[in-house]
Amino acid sequence: MAATGRTVHPVAAIGFVLEGLWTWYRRNWRSTAVSSFLTPLMFLTAMGFGLGSQIRPGPATDNLPYVVYLAPAVLVGLAVQVSTGESSFPVLGSFKWDQRYYAITATPVTVDQLLAAQVVWVALRVFVSGLAYVLVAALFGAFVNAGALLAVPISMLAGLAFGTWVVALAATVNDEGNAFGNAFRFVVVPMTLFAGTYYPISQLPAWSRPLAWVTPLWHGNELARAAEFGGMSLLTAAGHVAYLLVLVAGGVLTARWRFHVRLKV
Amino acid sequence: MSDDAVLVQADGLVKRFGDFEAVRGIDVKVRRGEAFGFLGPNGAGKSSTMRMIACTSPRTAGELRVLGMDPDRQGPRIRARLGVVPQQDNLDNELTVRQNLQVYGRYFGLSRAQVRDRATELLRFAQLTDRADDQVDPLSGGMKRRLTIARSLVNEPELLLLDEPTTGLDPQARHLLWDRLFRLKQSGVTLIVTTHYMDEAEQLCDRLVVMDGGRIVAEGSPAGLIAEHSSREVLELRFPIDQQQANVPLLHDLAERVEVLPDRLLIYTDDGESVLAQASRRGVRPTSSLVRRSTLEDVFLRLTGRTLVD
Ligand SMILES: Nc1ncnc2c1ncn2[C@@H]1O[C@H](COP(=O)(O)OP(=O)(O)O)[C@@H](O)[C@H]1O
Ligand SMILES: [Mg+2]
Repeated sequence: MAATGRTVHPVAAIGFVLEGLWTWYRRNWRSTAVSSFLTPLMFLTAMGFGLGSQIRPGPATDNLPYVVYLAPAVLVGLAVQVSTGESSFPVLGSFKWDQRYYAITATPVTVDQLLAAQVVWVALRVFVSGLAYVLVAALFGAFVNAGALLAVPISMLAGLAFGTWVVALAATVNDEGNAFGNAFRFVVVPMTLFAGTYYPISQLPAWSRPLAWVTPLWHGNELARAAEFGGMSLLTAAGHVAYLLVLVAGGVLTARWRFHVRLKV
Repeated sequence: MSDDAVLVQADGLVKRFGDFEAVRGIDVKVRRGEAFGFLGPNGAGKSSTMRMIACTSPRTAGELRVLGMDPDRQGPRIRARLGVVPQQDNLDNELTVRQNLQVYGRYFGLSRAQVRDRATELLRFAQLTDRADDQVDPLSGGMKRRLTIARSLVNEPELLLLDEPTTGLDPQARHLLWDRLFRLKQSGVTLIVTTHYMDEAEQLCDRLVVMDGGRIVAEGSPAGLIAEHSSREVLELRFPIDQQQANVPLLHDLAERVEVLPDRLLIYTDDGESVLAQASRRGVRPTSSLVRRSTLEDVFLRLTGRTLVD
């Protein structure tokens, strides 16, 4: 009797894992839809249209209406938030609670293929929620230029630059996920407040700016605004992209190490 | 030495976790079509061994061939032809019963049409057709276990690894599972089963090894092991608390061997009734007595001085 199982091309194997994630998502998308779609729109409405109505266009807003200045940065913030969400509890749970990863790596799918699929899944989730946000916010006049569409893949890159590190963290911790709360409190929230989302970091004391420079959010904000409003040299843009790519690569390699340690015991 | 009929061959297989050696150099050979068992108490190293055979845990030292291939280098190709039932169910609790089978089948490169048909067959096999479109989470332990076994068969494996298939299930659920496993065996699937239940080992295994502290302490068929390491019968005597020890000297010369357990004496002999009669003439007055056949439990006790389940 010959088994019907077989090994497939790595790309196909990654596709099968994505299919599994999609099967789950089809049943459970409602719970994530609110946070990944409505939250940023509420935010944009409150901060951009509401509070922003009191802010006069000036040099600090690139002479743009505040809501227009804010919209691309909210996109990047959304990307980091969705990416963190998809990389934290779902990954920890797949090791610890339902142990789905152990089930998958008992098949021909390898640890590397599994990780690749998980990262691609995060990327897809970030991309789709970003695109939906841009289209809806554009209807309200928050985006004024088709360059906003280019900001979507940029936000995805910034999301992964942070999210892949969260994947690595999720593959390392073994508690109930307290580390994610801390990452959110001590990294995501300060990053959102001080890395150029609501105002340019030139408004901050000079000594504190390097702190913003290391965050993926700041590079993402710079790029996303430049995609829509222009005014950035190609070299500068390449520098931002390169920095984000280095963060993604570092996050993926660290996650890969942690996945191997945890799954091949 | 390449023998197509040998599905698993381990020589001096070792697994270490840090300084701790969980598997201490075991030799195992499993042939096509047999039901092979690892019998041993908790911590014996059964699961560690199974994970190495399943090509999910790299070996620390020794030789290991599974389906004639090296797990370190050909893991995916080996896993494509294995079925794995881990000690702990790792089903996708938020999917339906059927989705669990279909999604898993895809990891083995099966087409959508193949997994659809296969899922229907396996649902019938696992007696879960009624629950096909229910979510897994609320299912009973026995149903989840049957689903895990069904899932492990999605690729029609040549070798099925079952790590404690019925631990934690009630007797009825266990018998249902044994029946399913027996059918698989009849259909020619090679089984490797770990268990700490001697009745499970006797039910399912053609051949087994007794494992303790990371080592194999005996090997053979259930009947062969009993014949080799125990007497034909066992006389069990229970005494009022604190009178047990006083009776031991009266029994020693009547039997091949006397084991003193906290709650009873086990007297190994080929004729339990006659020993009981002789003991009675010597004034031994147990509160209860029982003559039974030797089991693998007795073999384990003989070999290790400890009981399998404590
Ligand atoms: N990942 C691990 N890290 C450290 N020790 C482990 C690990 N897995 C198992 N062990 C230890 O190895 C020994 C054998 O475990 P295991 O193979 O699970 O035995 P069994 O399945 O026979 O109960 C136990 O003492 C267990 O604590
Ligand atoms: Mg075990």
